[in-house]
Amino acid sequence: MQLLNKRPESLVDMKMHYCPGCSHGIIHRLVAEVMDELDIRNRTIGIAPVGCSVFADKYFNCDMIQGPHGRGPAIATGLKRTTPGAIVFSYQGDGDLASIGMAEIVHTAIRSENITVIYVNNAIYGMTGGQMAPTTLIGQKATTCPHGRDAKLTGDPIKMSEMLATIEGAKYIERTSVHTAPNVIKTKNAIKKAFENQINNGGFSMVEILSTCPTNWKLDPVKSLKYVNDNMTKVFPLGVYKDSKGGE
Amino acid sequence: MPEIKVDDSKCKGCYICIEACPKKCIEISKEFSKSGYYPVKYTGTDCIGCQQCARICPDLAIEVYK
Repeated sequence: MQLLNKRPESLVDMKMHYCPGCSHGIIHRLVAEVMDELDIRNRTIGIAPVGCSVFADKYFNCDMIQGPHGRGPAIATGLKRTTPGAIVFSYQGDGDLASIGMAEIVHTAIRSENITVIYVNNAIYGMTGGQMAPTTLIGQKATTCPHGRDAKLTGDPIKMSEMLATIEGAKYIERTSVHTAPNVIKTKNAIKKAFENQINNGGFSMVEILSTCPTNWKLDPVKSLKYVNDNMTKVFPLGVYKDSKGGE
Repeated sequence: MPEIKVDDSKCKGCYICIEACPKKCIEISKEFSKSGYYPVKYTGTDCIGCQQCARICPDLAIEVYK
């Protein structure tokens, strides 16, 4: 008998702390698989965010730094400029990237820093207990908007991929999802392309991945996947938003 | 014949693999795991080795053999 899906070397063999059905595990695995396939594990430095994936440094079997809330791209900028040979990626959630880290991500894209950002969008603050995030959908309930998000009061969800795609310095922006197995494969290809873009000195690349938060959405894991398909992909359409060939 | 093996110590019982399996050959186990979940298990027939379950499993608990 031959094992078809070997655990990637770039992922430490341990049980992850995420809730049942949380998409972080899938996305961790995809990033690790890409690191293995491109054979860059020994020169990759990752940045763990503040949020549920704050312990990502325990799981990735490469050099990791845990950064302050939202400041992943700023740390990545310093790292990449001082160690140009390293492959630097910042792993961030939507509260981290689209709220407190908004300035960092926009300016990093404007400077076209040669880094890769993995942006996990689950439309809620997970770790702190389900508060409304900038990406929370209109009508979606959260602990700080118990009757559903109201656009008149709090505006519309922020669409980071669309926004960043308008910036000249952003070279590769794609939004994918992990709610079905074929979408998982598409997400892996997108992550691989983003890393290859960095290896070729292409400039700033970001992959936005729609993910689930069954615990705070108060749905079971299977219904959460359906929620992504039925609701989230309507507000956050999947696709490539920017793919300009940069590099030397 | 292809088959899957589930690591009970990693499975958290989210059951999205059951939804993803095109042959519906994964079921919920009747026994508790050490972590207090009802893990999934292979029904024993029909697996085609497509790896859809393993691709969608967030906890890397499923190994597919062929």
